Amino acid sequence: MASYSTSEFKAGMKIMLDSDPCAIIENEFVKPGKGQAFNRVKIRNLKNGRVIERTFKSGESVEAADVVDIDMQYLYHDGEFFHFMQLDSFEQFQADENAVGDAKLWLKDQAMCIVTLWNNAPISITPPNFVELEVTDTDPGLKGDTSGGGGKPATLETGAVVRVPLFVQIGELLKIDTRTGEYVSRAKA
Amino acid sequence: MSLNWQPSCSLELIQLRAKLLHEIRTYFYVNNVLEVETPLLCHSVGTDPYLEYFTSHYSIPSRDYYLQSSPEFAMKRLLAANTGSIYQITKAFRNGESGRYHNPEFTLLEWYRTGFDLQQLMDDVESLLTPLLTVECCSGKAERITYVDVFKNYTGLNALQFDAAEYQACADKLGFPEATQLCALDHAAWLDFLFSHVVQQHLGVARLCMVFDYPACLPSLARLKLNDTRVVERVELFIDGVELGNGFFELTDVNEQIRRFDQDIMHRKNNGAVKIDKDERFLAALHSGLPDCSGIAIGIDRLLMIISQKSAIDEVLAFPIENA
Repeated sequence: MASYSTSEFKAGMKIMLDSDPCAIIENEFVKPGKGQAFNRVKIRNLKNGRVIERTFKSGESVEAADVVDIDMQYLYHDGEFFHFMQLDSFEQFQADENAVGDAKLWLKDQAMCIVTLWNNAPISITPPNFVELEVTDTDPGLKGDTSGGGGKPATLETGAVVRVPLFVQIGELLKIDTRTGEYVSRAKA
Repeated sequence: MSLNWQPSCSLELIQLRAKLLHEIRTYFYVNNVLEVETPLLCHSVGTDPYLEYFTSHYSIPSRDYYLQSSPEFAMKRLLAANTGSIYQITKAFRNGESGRYHNPEFTLLEWYRTGFDLQQLMDDVESLLTPLLTVECCSGKAERITYVDVFKNYTGLNALQFDAAEYQACADKLGFPEATQLCALDHAAWLDFLFSHVVQQHLGVARLCMVFDYPACLPSLARLKLNDTRVVERVELFIDGVELGNGFFELTDVNEQIRRFDQDIMHRKNNGAVKIDKDERFLAALHSGLPDCSGIAIGIDRLLMIISQKSAIDEVLAFPIENA
């Protein structure tokens, strides 16, 4: 099984910790005068996204996690699983609710996403930073309102609810920032 | 060619380094401390349990040399030959040490004052460093505190008395549950862990902080304190949580030195570290008689980081290891 020594640690490296795949965010070499050296590492758990800090003895070996990020196309949701396809190989993967998490709010058929595979199974999905989604429901806005001032909730085709300006109408295509879940602008159709 | 050939630090930093070295040399010249040089290529090297070394090969006669990790033994051989107080500014090499505060090749200022005890050495450190430290980085007055006091302040633990359950509870409470597995029942490892993870960051906020009287299980080359053998006459310097230097009221007892070498060598063996032999020339010098003295080494690159308020050693080096 592949492993890394602490001396190889660097941001982005994927390791196993407490049986979960994790990504190193930051690695700091800590050495007290004349004493034992440590690596103080900030790590993101790739399954639940939580960030923790952990210290290793320098020189220790840590199991590598077989984790890769692959661009895939979102195909459909069958009620239980979300299906993705790698475009060059046509290989398909199915991800459960857990792996998809909040990303499901932004998944539109045919959209390209980053699928993170651990031991060849999806553990997380990263939607594109910006997506264009259609408004399926919102209160009729006030006539003449430009932007600014309050806003109102709008339901999008994926089920996500975002705050939009009052002038937005049902059927319009909106550009959304998936990292913040915020409305950016009307999309040019 | 698009290779990056340029220095990684600014010209200003290169000039600041030159000025710093000049001021240090002036201080020692005025105080009658002799500047010396010792070899970078050595037959022997320290037995420190946690150091990794560089070696280099000499062709005729064919043999390996170490790149020195500290000039300590060679300088003590000079002291034993009656040079009186000496200093040097030199490169030292430590393999595998690379990070925000570490470059495997770095610059050390090391000096020894004959006839000085640890308190006198701290006076000396203070009078050397005070004028070098700018108001921007160090506005406060230097402080001195014992290891036991500072350890108690931030952990609530007694550094001289190891109680596994108490140490473990403290680490758990502070959010370091992994310490129990890393340190097991090794008191020195626990002290290293808790000091570096919990205590150190608080030391020397905008001032020089000198922590002295280390627990006897962290002896390095310091002598035991005469009236309290639970501690050794060792000092470490900190500014803004950065460890700057390590000094001792030097061990002169050759038998105790041999005992510590053996202990280190055993420790290295148990931990699978490369085998290092005792430096016999150094021991012969100790045997012939090392005058009472105190000595300390200060990392010049880190001192520059502090003076110039940089957050990484690479910002004060012209060519850090990746770019060397």
